Amino acid sequence: MPDVTTISQPPSRLQLFTDKTFRHLCQGFAWLTVISIAFILVKIILAGVPAMRQYGFGFITGTTWDPNTGQFGILPEIWGTLYSSILALIVGTAFGVAGAIFLTEGYLGEFVFDLLKLLHLHFHPFWGKLPLRIEDLLKNLIELLAAIPSVVYGLWGIFVVIPLIRPACNWLHLKMGWLPVFGTDLSGPGMLPAVLVLSIMILPTITAISRDALVSVPPKLRMAAYGLGATRWETILAVTLPTAARGVFGGVVLAFGRALGETMALAMLVGNSNKISVSLFSPANTLAALLANNFPEAQKKEVAVLMYAALVLLAITLLVNILGAFILQRASVQSTGGK
Amino acid sequence: MSAHNPPLPAVTDPFEGLDFAELEMSLRRPRTLVSALLSGLVTVMTLVALVPLFSVIFMLVWRGGHRLSLHLFTQLPPAALEQGGGFGNAIVGTLIIIALATLITVPIGILSAVFLAQAKPESRLAQAVRFAAKVLTGFPSILAGVFAYGAIVLLTGGYSAIAGAIAVSILMLPTILLTAEDAIRMVPVKMQEAAIGMGATTTQTVWMVLLPTAFPGILTGIMLAIARGAGETAPLLFTALFSNYWPITNGQLHLMQPTASLAVLIYNFAGMPFDNQVELAWAAALVLVLLVLVTNLTGQALGRRQVR
Repeated sequence: MPDVTTISQPPSRLQLFTDKTFRHLCQGFAWLTVISIAFILVKIILAGVPAMRQYGFGFITGTTWDPNTGQFGILPEIWGTLYSSILALIVGTAFGVAGAIFLTEGYLGEFVFDLLKLLHLHFHPFWGKLPLRIEDLLKNLIELLAAIPSVVYGLWGIFVVIPLIRPACNWLHLKMGWLPVFGTDLSGPGMLPAVLVLSIMILPTITAISRDALVSVPPKLRMAAYGLGATRWETILAVTLPTAARGVFGGVVLAFGRALGETMALAMLVGNSNKISVSLFSPANTLAALLANNFPEAQKKEVAVLMYAALVLLAITLLVNILGAFILQRASVQSTGGK
Repeated sequence: MSAHNPPLPAVTDPFEGLDFAELEMSLRRPRTLVSALLSGLVTVMTLVALVPLFSVIFMLVWRGGHRLSLHLFTQLPPAALEQGGGFGNAIVGTLIIIALATLITVPIGILSAVFLAQAKPESRLAQAVRFAAKVLTGFPSILAGVFAYGAIVLLTGGYSAIAGAIAVSILMLPTILLTAEDAIRMVPVKMQEAAIGMGATTTQTVWMVLLPTAFPGILTGIMLAIARGAGETAPLLFTALFSNYWPITNGQLHLMQPTASLAVLIYNFAGMPFDNQVELAWAAALVLVLLVLVTNLTGQALGRRQVR
């Protein structure tokens, strides 16, 4: 056995020096993170200021975008951003929350278990684990939706979604064109394909956060409801969902932030036309798509104006994201009993 | 005390007058019927939600797969109306941009995470770092491009791989930082205390105990961030731009030149009216999705290993 004193000894001066340096280094990098993020925000804000001085508030209420005459207004883009995001949020929330309920209620696991029971394999050391494994697989599959790059969704939207929904959309326009939402026909890119693809992109966020909220509902509450004779859906609607409501809502708000800032799929699908229309089939534009399409070829003057548009987008998304984070934080405080 | 029991009440049947058939679950009752219908509805909706995933994968394999060949990796993008061609330069460009972005993000992310995991909970700086990272998780990717354009492209006077890498690194930072902090926090306190009890300095504890133990978790964060960064298009559109030439010529790396990337190639070619370009866009999408999914799944598998 080696001598104890050689193993354990007070740190040498060099070690103490390295320790101090490393600690300061870590702190320095933490400062660097905060400062660089502050720098990013300040840089975007400052870049927008010159155009803000020149165009003022009229920029937000203007409806034409013409670099040749120097007329710039982003009301159609603000409208398109909000309209597409809200519609996508409605579709995404319906399917996302349904997915979260499906995952937490163990439908698939029960089904596989019953299937195994028929084959007398439900306590088998390998097959018996299958229900849990399949539920896990389903959860991962939904999360994979989030891993596919948005430009690939855009490509898929152009060559699959638009040709697929176009006949149905034009039929709806023909038969029910008097309704403002069907007021135009779909001649290619437009609001509806953009909304559909956008809702697929935000669905995993909603499902993941809602699932976490539903799982953290104390099992006692559910059991109590079942004990009182409630059916599965009476329990879900009256006990589980209301208890998890704040977490679900926080997820929806975060997904809204995502939808507002999503760029590529919209730039490829929304049609890039400065129109304010409630029609689902009309081409439109969003702030992020405006930036993506106009920035690469913009002249110096237009760049300054685009920076102003970026500033408006930043303000909207920051507001929504901070709100969502705040709601989620309150939800977790509530579910841990105020700890 | 003398035991004086009052006469027992007559025994009554608590279930008297109750129809047991009432308690049976039957689909004829509206309550159970509604429950069953809603169960069916969420099942169908979940399956419908998965259709796009399979449709995307099927289309990628079908339309991208038949164009897959070695030429794609060795040739340059074709001009309009030209046949054949590939996107070798875009693959190399994507790898260069991602490598640079990872080099920028990993030291900042991990050292900040070490600070966060070691800091006292009431530390103002730690709270600020966490808040900043959360703000970045919801940061629109196009704005990262706007920032890099204003800060780097205008400063250096041209589009470059460096500007693209900085824009992408902004989007990678929160993933790396927050997962690394979680991974370091999951290291059992006992191990840390044992190291300190042996007389190790904080630095020695961090390097010999915390980081090696948390390594799989940290690597997961890095892989997930790379998977996200590789697919980002918006921040590259007006920072790295695109190029029809190789980023490496005669053994020289051109970091200050416009650089091609798979994502921007897909975006540019998807809108073109030429079949050849559209086919290449699908093939590029297949390559990009394979790259992203393999990185993502490897990262998740590594992370699962640590949890056990």
